[in-house]
Amino acid sequence: MAKPLKCDVCSEPATVHLTQIINNQIHKIDLCEACAEQKGITDPSGYSLADLLVKPDSSKSADAASISCPECGCTQREFKKTGRLGCATCYETFEALVGPALLNMHKGDSHKGKVPHRALERAHYIDRLDSLENGLKEAISSERYEDAAKMRDEIIELKKAMEAAAVED
Amino acid sequence: MLIKSIFGGKSEMTEAGSKKCPVVLMTRIRLARNLADTPFPGWAKETRRREVLETCLPSVASLGQMKRGISAEIGTLSDLERQILVERHLISRELSNNSDAAGVVISKDQSISVMINEEDHLRIQVIKSGYRFKSAWNAVDAIDSALEEQLDFAFSQKIGYLTACPTNVGTGMRASTMMHLPALVISNQMEKVVRAVNQLGIAVRGLFGEGSDASGSIFQISNQTTLGESEEEIVKRLSSVLRTIIDQEMNAREKILEKDPRKLYDKIGRAYGILQNSHLLTSSECMNLASLVRFGVDLEMFPEKTRNIVDRMFIECQPGHVQYHAGENIESNARDAFRAEYMRKQFENVARPLFNIHESSDKDDTPQSDPEQEAE
Repeated sequence: MAKPLKCDVCSEPATVHLTQIINNQIHKIDLCEACAEQKGITDPSGYSLADLLVKPDSSKSADAASISCPECGCTQREFKKTGRLGCATCYETFEALVGPALLNMHKGDSHKGKVPHRALERAHYIDRLDSLENGLKEAISSERYEDAAKMRDEIIELKKAMEAAAVED
Repeated sequence: MLIKSIFGGKSEMTEAGSKKCPVVLMTRIRLARNLADTPFPGWAKETRRREVLETCLPSVASLGQMKRGISAEIGTLSDLERQILVERHLISRELSNNSDAAGVVISKDQSISVMINEEDHLRIQVIKSGYRFKSAWNAVDAIDSALEEQLDFAFSQKIGYLTACPTNVGTGMRASTMMHLPALVISNQMEKVVRAVNQLGIAVRGLFGEGSDASGSIFQISNQTTLGESEEEIVKRLSSVLRTIIDQEMNAREKILEKDPRKLYDKIGRAYGILQNSHLLTSSECMNLASLVRFGVDLEMFPEKTRNIVDRMFIECQPGHVQYHAGENIESNARDAFRAEYMRKQFENVARPLFNIHESSDKDDTPQSDPEQEAE
């Protein structure tokens, strides 16, 4: 006779058995009733993969829960409660939580497919501007004034190009 | 005004039955998009949501595809109008319950609808009758690209289009088909199919999405994952699953016809009889009866033109539509009576089903290997 399964969390006899196939890999979790309840897997009809994946980990301190997005003010607790983020910046703010969850929810962790041309152009400008501004500070602090002047000119040109693109829109 | 133009015009949902691939009623693709640097609708304060509505509504309405279409703020619509839009799949239930700075723009032929301030700032949706992913994708892609010219979308080079729920991030695309699977339901195989399909990252739901039942043996089958695969790859994977489901349904139909055709003929004959003669019909019963008649059309028991009547019935037997046709506010019992009367009229001139058609011929109903190719 097969041995009774033990809970993966507390080693009590497991009564809840969860099998998921993600990216062709079979993941099995066996849980006792108490742990299943704690993980929120009590109502299969209302059960959502997204919710399970972002369930609070009790071993982590309360600090994590108090993190809030500098852009919109959405808190990690709010995200865990609703499964919804407050704004685009939340993806960076809660990266530690959202990143692994994305990998479990989807076929991969990087985007393939359609790209909004304008957004990319804008991102490219911003990246280049950031790197030039950092380079300028460094050049000034190390007294490489010729390099600094070149970078300053490029920054001016780049800002003009960004303004022109914005006007065109 | 809004309802009149909705009912007056020909729509993709009610006028174009797809013969080439009878199992697939319609194809739908939606894209979730958000404006950069603006909180998502669920988190935004009302002033920000209004700003989004005021930016997006004219942008969407100005698109060539939306010429002579309908734009409306949800809060200005009556309950009945909202219900009718839900029943036609033009807005979601979530949007219909949201009167706070939310809107919709619908194209003249009702094949395109763009919801504003639903879960995401924009939900761009294209519906095509039959099995037509290519044409649905081309249409939705064109609208998205045209909007991108006017609006800055929240996008990350690493994880793609950023959405309120991480389950939509990446392509933001949900591709789905409405499948009519009566033989799998009759032969109790649907549970097995749902289980197998779920394991492949494909979701199976009822006619109205999450939490809805599967009246009329109609199921919505869609991709669950949106990140890590291109739109083309997602559709390809979904299509291969759909083709398997179509094969399963066709096999189940053949088996039923081989094993006990009388049982099936009895069901279809009774459905026809009830639709022609009943005086009280609930919407769920009506859906199930229409489903059997559609099955009969696929089996050539009814003339092909009956398919359009049935497809229209799936939409028009729903409570909001019945209420509208009744022209007054009537309660449930009166609706059932009105629905029955309406269906009697629809079925007045539908010829009696032919029951001997499968005994003499050895007809192969299995669709060709690529139904979409045919339908395009």
